[in-house]
Amino acid sequence: MALGTETPQQQAGRRKPRGTASRNRARNGGPRIGSHIFLLILVIYFITPLWWLTVASTKDTAGLFGGSGGPLWFDNEFHFFSNVQGLFERQDGIYWRWLGNSFLYAISGGVGATVLAVLAGYGFAKYRFRGRTAFFGILLGAVMVPLTALVIPTFVLLSEVGLVNTIWAVILPSLLSPFGVYLMRVFAQESVPDELLDAARIDGAGEFRTFLQIALPLLRPGIVTVLLLSVVGTWNNFFLPLAVLTDPLLLPVTVGLNGWTALSNAGSGGEALWNLITAGAFISIIPLIIAFLSLQKYWQGGLSLGSLK
Amino acid sequence: MATTTAPTSSHRADVPQKADHRPDRNYRRRQRWGWLFVAPFALIFVTFLILPLAFAFRMSLFTNTLAAGTDFVGAANYVKAFTDPIFLQGLGTVAKFALIMIPAQMIVALLAALVLDNLATWASKFSRLMIFVPYAVPVVIGALMWGFLYSPRFGPASNIFNLVGLAAPEFLSQDNIFGSLVNIVTWQWAGYYMIIIYAALRGIDPGIYEAAVLDGASDRQIAARIKIPMISSSLVMVIIFALIGTLQFFTEPQVLRAVAQGAIPVSYTPNMYAFSLAFSYSQFNYASAISFALGIVVFVFSFFFLFLTRKQSGLK
Repeated sequence: MALGTETPQQQAGRRKPRGTASRNRARNGGPRIGSHIFLLILVIYFITPLWWLTVASTKDTAGLFGGSGGPLWFDNEFHFFSNVQGLFERQDGIYWRWLGNSFLYAISGGVGATVLAVLAGYGFAKYRFRGRTAFFGILLGAVMVPLTALVIPTFVLLSEVGLVNTIWAVILPSLLSPFGVYLMRVFAQESVPDELLDAARIDGAGEFRTFLQIALPLLRPGIVTVLLLSVVGTWNNFFLPLAVLTDPLLLPVTVGLNGWTALSNAGSGGEALWNLITAGAFISIIPLIIAFLSLQKYWQGGLSLGSLK
Repeated sequence: MATTTAPTSSHRADVPQKADHRPDRNYRRRQRWGWLFVAPFALIFVTFLILPLAFAFRMSLFTNTLAAGTDFVGAANYVKAFTDPIFLQGLGTVAKFALIMIPAQMIVALLAALVLDNLATWASKFSRLMIFVPYAVPVVIGALMWGFLYSPRFGPASNIFNLVGLAAPEFLSQDNIFGSLVNIVTWQWAGYYMIIIYAALRGIDPGIYEAAVLDGASDRQIAARIKIPMISSSLVMVIIFALIGTLQFFTEPQVLRAVAQGAIPVSYTPNMYAFSLAFSYSQFNYASAISFALGIVVFVFSFFFLFLTRKQSGLK
């Protein structure tokens, strides 16, 4: 079944008659109140925690424990900006350093992994080189290797070459994305016609120029999808930086905030940083949410690509 | 091949597509470019996948003690792992999570996708995005957030339950922590799976069920008899993702551990066990064996699942 491997263009082509069909059915079946109530319940479930975080980021610690508005509504006092100021003051603004580190790791790891995946996916899709089948078979098997199982061996390997506790310890392993290669191969096969490549070759373009000027523009929706997936993967990563980084100045925001939580929970010896944690968590989730909302026309089609053939 | 394409475009006759049988030197030489395209990835693949795996495997065959130094022990670490009650209990825990959590995520994702596929309203578009948004939240932040929400000190649970005159359940107690973790994971991932399933549903040619509509089939019948079978390959993929993710469960329990004091042991899941062996007890050899053993278990389970569903996924 090759359903899942259609390019977004094909899907867009099919969507037209579909819209009228479902409108006709909607007309016959009423306004579908039941469906909308079901969706409303789902939306409330999925949004409540984020709403809570938004509200919590505007409270000070006392407000978090028992503010006038309750946990799900704003207090009389608005502390968001003083919380942000607290983030600048706490340990000389280490939070912003963490956020910067997260950006650095996610962008360099994500972009790097995407470049490698696009090149390799195109190579697998469009050339019949020796060893191709064997390598691709191993790669498919590797998709099923749990990446966390690699963390401890990677830590030991990196410490042998003295890279533990450097930014490379997070960035280099993040470049590995077998699933991205698989997605790009499927996408290149479907959306880059051989005829077009041959025409470019006849016109005298070299192999690499053919790739850059002909194939790359056609691959754009797939590239955005793989880029988003790998940026999210690196941004999300917790186990790897937790294992390979101990220098507080190198931590990504996820590990840093988790440390603050452990500190605040430590009881009498710990310090209560709750208001900084909620404000910090709130600020840290904004960039990715914006990225997803603004790039939705790319990834919505692209995410279905991975279906097995 | 060449004969069939020749009439349509003249230049393709001398650039055959599948010319394994044709001694065309230009064509053959060009195929080597494939390696150049694949080479950068291959380098990373070998360095950060093959090498760590080989290294972990080698390490797992030795023990390292202060008294005796490094000793070759063969499969002893694996015998120890697969008879280690803590590791086996961890495996049991993630197996239990797999049995509960994967169906929970699938039901939410599939139902949402099927409902959304039937609607073309402003509200349905908005709902689709809102259901997906948790995927953009880092898992650590998601777990921290739920930790706050579960907490009797900060969370809204007591307010909500008091409204109907009930005491709020202790989400972070030993008895309830399992369900609390299932809820966090479902919240985080169901939207992502929903989008994949939804995209597959949109890929079905509506002509296929127009006949069923004319015959008076209900939406429910169309969903069960036509739509779900048509997207089975996407469903298999989503379940594989969920299975691999669940068996290496780490981040959520690790984060909640700090909040739910005493409810989550340090070796709750195999990955947490390996982590504490390595970084709290410096038992890197045994930790490697645990990691490797977990990798094998995940790999075997995924393959077994793919084998069972080979008909649905089309991987015959």
